[in-house]
Amino acid sequence: MSQDKPVTIVNALNAALTDAMADDDTVLVIGEDVGDPEGGGVVGVTAGLSTRFGDHRCRSTPISEQAIMGAAIGASLIGFKPVAEIMLMNFTAVAMDMIVNHAAKLRYMSGGQTSVPIVIRCMTGAGLSTGGQHSDFVEAWFAHTAGMKVVAPSTTEDAYGLIRSAIDDPDPVLVIENTPNYGAKGPAPVAGHRVPIGKAAIRSEGSDVTIVAYSRTAMEAVAALPAMTEAGISAEVIDLRSIQPWDEEAVLASVAKTGRCLVVHEAVTPFGPGAEIAAVVQERLFGKLKAPVMRFGAPFNPVPFSKSLEDAHIPKAARIAERAIAMVKG
Amino acid sequence: MTNAYIPDGPTQLAMFRKMALLKINDEKTRRAISTGRLVMSFYSYRGQEVIPSALAVNLRDTDYLCTIYRGIHDMLAKGMPLKDLWAEVAGRMDGTCKGKGGPMHLTYPAKGIMVTTGIVGSSMPIANGLGWGAQLQGRDDVSVATFGDGAANIGAFHESLNLAAVWKLPVVFVCQNNRYSEHTAYSTVTPIERISDRAAAYGIPGIHVDGNDPVAMYAAAAEAIARARAGEGPTLIEAITFRFNGHVFGDPAGYIPKEELQTAMAADPYPRYRAKLIAESLATEAELAEIEADCEAQIEEAIAFALNSPFPGLEELSSDVYGAAA
Repeated sequence: MSQDKPVTIVNALNAALTDAMADDDTVLVIGEDVGDPEGGGVVGVTAGLSTRFGDHRCRSTPISEQAIMGAAIGASLIGFKPVAEIMLMNFTAVAMDMIVNHAAKLRYMSGGQTSVPIVIRCMTGAGLSTGGQHSDFVEAWFAHTAGMKVVAPSTTEDAYGLIRSAIDDPDPVLVIENTPNYGAKGPAPVAGHRVPIGKAAIRSEGSDVTIVAYSRTAMEAVAALPAMTEAGISAEVIDLRSIQPWDEEAVLASVAKTGRCLVVHEAVTPFGPGAEIAAVVQERLFGKLKAPVMRFGAPFNPVPFSKSLEDAHIPKAARIAERAIAMVKG
Repeated sequence: MTNAYIPDGPTQLAMFRKMALLKINDEKTRRAISTGRLVMSFYSYRGQEVIPSALAVNLRDTDYLCTIYRGIHDMLAKGMPLKDLWAEVAGRMDGTCKGKGGPMHLTYPAKGIMVTTGIVGSSMPIANGLGWGAQLQGRDDVSVATFGDGAANIGAFHESLNLAAVWKLPVVFVCQNNRYSEHTAYSTVTPIERISDRAAAYGIPGIHVDGNDPVAMYAAAAEAIARARAGEGPTLIEAITFRFNGHVFGDPAGYIPKEELQTAMAADPYPRYRAKLIAESLATEAELAEIEADCEAQIEEAIAFALNSPFPGLEELSSDVYGAAA
């Protein structure tokens, strides 16, 4: 991939899968419509894989999420590294037994005799008027499950690097791709690039408030920077990239410096990842905080269809800036 | 079903040896619980010994098994060592899963026992993956999923049979139809007489067999396994049997009509097969009694071993959650 020409997140994901399959014969891709005769994935992430590597290694499946996950789990038990696409994050609900009761737990329940090195890719995110069953962020379900890892890239390089790290990982990793962000452009990833799971990226350094975000909201937080600068506050934006495990060290170091922490995510606020992050920050940094740790997630309702409501559902840049400014200025 | 698969004398005796081990192990387990030596959830398989015994004599160590919470008979038949098994169900460090899985999650990859699930129906999707892996590796090993009649009414059954059929996977789906889904009688929740008829919906062979007849069960297993090994795809076997005890140890099974239970127990496959072997001069009474005594001694030795094994230390509480990154 050329270094100077920007690429989309779809291109970066496709390059990661292509390179992983070229490097390692045990990497397999399965899911609905992933083969080239079916279009190479509904947004083209798996385009070219079945043609290049054969339809035994990149295989379209029936619309059977339990069967897809079971096939991935079983093959992983005997040395394969399957990447299973569960097209939309909401569809993971159909395969929850396979993911939560089996993929996440077989290592522990077998006393370490078996392991499930699979990657589960899915897309989600409000903003395209896809309504209540095609847009949810439900990462808390998985982050709450011992044995699972959860990552959510927001840039081209992280998309590539996290897919590669997820495939390398010895345990099940859920990769959350943001649907409205698929076409976003960025630098072409260097072949073989890895982003360590559990390592955050500081998108902007600042001194008054730490904004912790991931996936789309990390980009929204970056977009909120000019408004905050204009208001005279200096924000540090941390893109978590990994939700389970999350980079406690980076977040705590930043909040120790700024004294304020705002966690932003597109998942609904109650019982969301922000609650966990806020709890840890307050347990560890209580005496250093200048303000209560705040959460800004989606309101506690299903994702609405109507554009006017959907816009209000997503924590966007302008409202992130308002909240951060209010935290600093009171 | 063809008659091409007839077990020879030594195979018939091998099946008996497994059946004896399974039957005595079930009895010993219930006794260990009722006398307070062991605390565990136990799903008795007494009455269902024929099915895994007939399957196992057709299987290799490199063939895979995914079984369920009522599955200790499946595992013992497939070759799980008694000491590892008993130490595991006793929650001890020498158990096959270091006491972290327990009776519902026994695992023993050296004999192909890859997954034991406590979730009805969930043996099947994973068995497909194991079969798919063997297929990709160009091996002629097969994957066996066992499950009960209740599991034939869960979505995973249908998804799994469909995928196995379209991918021609080397999987044998073995429904041990013991006539009760937990506490509910078969006909209350299943509208058709034969679960094996459902195979037709996926374009695969469905075999309906008396799962309490070792010779018939052997033939069904051999045919399905040969088909899978030859790359001809999956088979659904419905093996009719009966569960002599309640769903879980302690369940008095008041929902099973007395007459139905009495009829089933009068046709207990174990003494029937034992008498048949003697009548057909395949073994003497003394030889079979010796097999039984040997099984009993091995089980007693395993129980003593298990109860002397240490409990896992607290360092095991949070280990094996994740593997070490490469």
